[in-house]
Amino acid sequence: MAQKIFSDVIPGASHWSLVVPAGHSLTFIDVNGGANVSLLFYNPVNPLERYNAPDTLKCQHTFKLTTGHCLYSDMGRIFCSVVADDTGWIDTVGGLANEQKVTQKWGQRDYQKDRNQWHQNGYDSMLVEVAKYGLGKRDLAANLNLFSKVQADGQGNLSFVEHHSKAGDQITLRFEIDTLVVLSTCPHPMNSAEEYPFNSIEMSLSKSAPVLADDACKTSRPENERGFENNHRYCSHA
Amino acid sequence: MIQHSHLLAEHAVRSDVVKAGDYYMEVVKAGQTIRILDIEGNQAADTLFYNAIDPSERYSAVDTIREQGNVYLTAGSTLLSNEGRAMLEIVADTCGRHDTVGGACATESNTVRYALEKKCMHACRDSWLLAVAQNEHFGMTKRDITHNINFFMNVPVTAEGGLTFEDGISGAGKYVELKAQMDVIVLVSNCPQLNNPCNAYNPTPIEILVWN
Ligand SMILES: [Zn+2]
Repeated sequence: MAQKIFSDVIPGASHWSLVVPAGHSLTFIDVNGGANVSLLFYNPVNPLERYNAPDTLKCQHTFKLTTGHCLYSDMGRIFCSVVADDTGWIDTVGGLANEQKVTQKWGQRDYQKDRNQWHQNGYDSMLVEVAKYGLGKRDLAANLNLFSKVQADGQGNLSFVEHHSKAGDQITLRFEIDTLVVLSTCPHPMNSAEEYPFNSIEMSLSKSAPVLADDACKTSRPENERGFENNHRYCSHA
Repeated sequence: MIQHSHLLAEHAVRSDVVKAGDYYMEVVKAGQTIRILDIEGNQAADTLFYNAIDPSERYSAVDTIREQGNVYLTAGSTLLSNEGRAMLEIVADTCGRHDTVGGACATESNTVRYALEKKCMHACRDSWLLAVAQNEHFGMTKRDITHNINFFMNVPVTAEGGLTFEDGISGAGKYVELKAQMDVIVLVSNCPQLNNPCNAYNPTPIEILVWN
């Protein structure tokens, strides 16, 4: 079992960020079930390199992400690999709820009255977090939503799958290059809960086991072998 | 949804042929209608839209598909910005379906998708980067190159979560027409892709027409 460096709880309706060095893994645990973690990735050395949802999806011929998939930057490199996913489906097309959407669903946010139980929205929470690195709304891209599932039928009609993730479900991302990870625990924009859902997550950082030649993410597709080779060429000075 | 247009080419205030591997970057005013015409068929027009007054407001694929509840674009689709506002509406479409999940080709993604030695082949994101570099008055950089629409591309999503690249359902003379709801910068890369069989390895020109 990988050696845990620290673990932490991020309450619902919150945002956080950290730089995860290559060779480390983040494990997210849905504490009570029904959580949502929106994620964006940037290269800390050059934040113009960022998570690219279309490149990630089309190079692996998939609309969902789960164990065995790699999450790509727009520069052909792999930020991280999904090495474990109890939920079987990570959303990449639902995006973030903005203030208007949260107000429509759950009413206006009111810090004066509600304090930290205010109705924060995912878009503003991501803006606050990326601003810490000199980034702004021009830098926000299509994000991942861990623990959330958005499905399309044969005609392309989308639906949000309720109760997709259960209490205790875990997702582990193994970072393959140094990555700035920006996250929000605000509810998924398609969540139809009556009450604004406050769902906390537990997040822990550990040292990854070495990536072997027969690694499941590396060998899951020939595209990923080439993605790992691009990483190797990028990091070979290290 | 197939919806024909009544607009006549001779009444257009502007028309430009964009050769494969070239870009188009022009402002279209609120109320104007823009047509993208697939002259020879099965060509991909990789397109981005920005608010011409403030380009930090731009087309958002995720907001658009979520709010319309469907992953494909066609007549009746409203293209939303990252601020949730309507930017353009698709008012005519003789192709029937356009992709907004698959994104644009890049030299870097070509290395992953096809082979490492494809890295020096021209790609859509090169065209966009040249466009923003040659049109500095818009104040845009690589930061602004985001998740685009692929007009005329057919990228079906399955209920199981698969994504496939199918032969195009477009053909010679098919078009899509959009009415601008705000002043927009239209940035198109007419795709130079030489690796994907869906265009028979033969990128071809498109035409872009604008009516008042
Ligand atoms: Zn292209």
